Amino acid sequence: MTKRGSREEAEVTSTPALTRRSMLSAILGAASAGIAGAASGETQPSALDGPSVPPDPTRVPGTGPSAFGERSSFARLSRRAAFGVISGTPLQDLHGTITPADLHFERHHAGIPTIDPANHALMIHGLVDRPLRFEIADLLRFPAVTRTCFIECSGNLRTDAGPETTPQELCGLTSQSEWTGVALSTLLREAGLSPSARWLLAEGSDAAIMARSIPIEKALDDAFVAYAQNGEPLRPGQGYPIRLVLPGFEGNTHVKWLRRIEVADRPFMTREETSKYTEPLRGGRARAFSFTMDARSIITTPTYPAQLERGWHEIRGLAWSGRGRIVRVEVSVDGGARWQEARLIGPALPTAHTRFGLPWKWTGSGAELSSRAIDETGYVQPTRRALIDVRGPGALPYHLNPITSWLVESDGRVLYKSEGWS
Amino acid sequence: MFAAVTSFGCGPRSSITYEPPTTALQEIGRFELGTPATPAEIEAWDIDIMPDGTGLPRGEGSVTKGARIYAEQCARCHGGRGEGRPFDPLAGRIEADAFPFAEDPKLEKTVGNYWPYATTLFDYTRRAMPLDRPGSLSNDEVYAVTAFVLFLNDLVPEGTTLDAETLPGIEMPARDRFVDDDRRGGPEIR
Repeated sequence: MTKRGSREEAEVTSTPALTRRSMLSAILGAASAGIAGAASGETQPSALDGPSVPPDPTRVPGTGPSAFGERSSFARLSRRAAFGVISGTPLQDLHGTITPADLHFERHHAGIPTIDPANHALMIHGLVDRPLRFEIADLLRFPAVTRTCFIECSGNLRTDAGPETTPQELCGLTSQSEWTGVALSTLLREAGLSPSARWLLAEGSDAAIMARSIPIEKALDDAFVAYAQNGEPLRPGQGYPIRLVLPGFEGNTHVKWLRRIEVADRPFMTREETSKYTEPLRGGRARAFSFTMDARSIITTPTYPAQLERGWHEIRGLAWSGRGRIVRVEVSVDGGARWQEARLIGPALPTAHTRFGLPWKWTGSGAELSSRAIDETGYVQPTRRALIDVRGPGALPYHLNPITSWLVESDGRVLYKSEGWS
Repeated sequence: MFAAVTSFGCGPRSSITYEPPTTALQEIGRFELGTPATPAEIEAWDIDIMPDGTGLPRGEGSVTKGARIYAEQCARCHGGRGEGRPFDPLAGRIEADAFPFAEDPKLEKTVGNYWPYATTLFDYTRRAMPLDRPGSLSNDEVYAVTAFVLFLNDLVPEGTTLDAETLPGIEMPARDRFVDDDRRGGPEIR
């Protein structure tokens, strides 16, 4: 890069010529490196892969209009894949409460199917007066409902995580979108429920034909068949063209690629509600149909791998409850000896991620940062110890929502407080 | 319900009429969208099987035949005798059919020690297995491989052949272990 004047002392990070071709290749390069990094769980591509940066953006015409917006190549956000079946949301890199659709967590049981919406239909049958098939075009003609809510996988805690663990790696299987679709009660009214209807089976058209039994009370309350996420059609990984949304219920029940609803007088006892998604309890029992996600919170900043500077920061995080609104979040900086009420930032919607914040001045001594959520039922997010005592150390791996802590070392490193699960 | 049809007032007089929009969704009742699902369409997708056997297809399969299918289709993910690795273990009982999962985090859940219904094994195998070729097994083959996995768990003898009549009658050790969710919110942790 040739310098053109004294104002151009700022370092350039990459190649000199600002041409459409170089911009394009730089962006594509960054994108493909990002995908590779996400797939392998490796770290992000370095800044050297980014586009050319003029020393003074006011002296160079910018790029023109385009069909799609792109993230700044400096905003390096990616999901993190693990175990071949999950992609976690980078909670530590996001703000507010809406998860960008391409960063919404994914868990699928036999991959993401490719579905032509013209050949997809939702069938409702069983204990109904009129078995019906709805094309996507039919669904779009019904009155729409829109609701912002979280979806969280019920197995959303890595119990074996070590100190160098990010929120994404620890519990990145929770995300939030504004979903739009048709109330399930509306569709069931079209079909006409039999008086003996008590449960329904929701089934997807993925290669696992994933299916869950849903109680009729939920179906008639706030369940809906979503076709849009954050204003656009669902992403394939989120169930394109349609998915079930059951606000507050565990993620597995929000059946993606929904194609069939069968109404019955009892639950169906699929593999996903017997062998999986049940929790052993003390006394030789296991809890089944444990749908609702209890209240939880997680600090998102500062967390690993942050390096703190002395002075003011804001401890920020997310809190949510499957049972309604978050009414309070408390934060401790001394390992739970004293708790202080945090500020709720923005709306506290029912069954929704709610952002909290608490300004904090770090003086350079060690600290232990924790948060606990309180929901409108009076439920207080429990400690790890309380959960283990009540349920047993083998009550794994679902519905674990313990208070989570981050250790600030005197050198400014922030580490996950790894406590295991026993 | 707004039944009134109003004449369209502007422009040249014509036969154009309109139905006024309504916000009273309750009054609408049905929207009369969608098309009737035919019995053939329902049958093509209606694959679920209830614990009492509702939904089980015709056909049958023996432990012996299931052993051959298992070796070809299942063993490389679930181990030669259902011991698991790289994917879920399928076989294994606990002494006296105890259920100490909450106390022992190392215990592995198997068909024999955790699954409450044998019908679920048929349903899931036909639905989703084998992972790389789901839906490729015939109903007879699913009966057979179900029989073999139950045999690996000492739940049926080696000479067994299963069909829609006999499969639901197999009582699984964990059948009565499952309880409804008693969490209700509020201050108590459950």
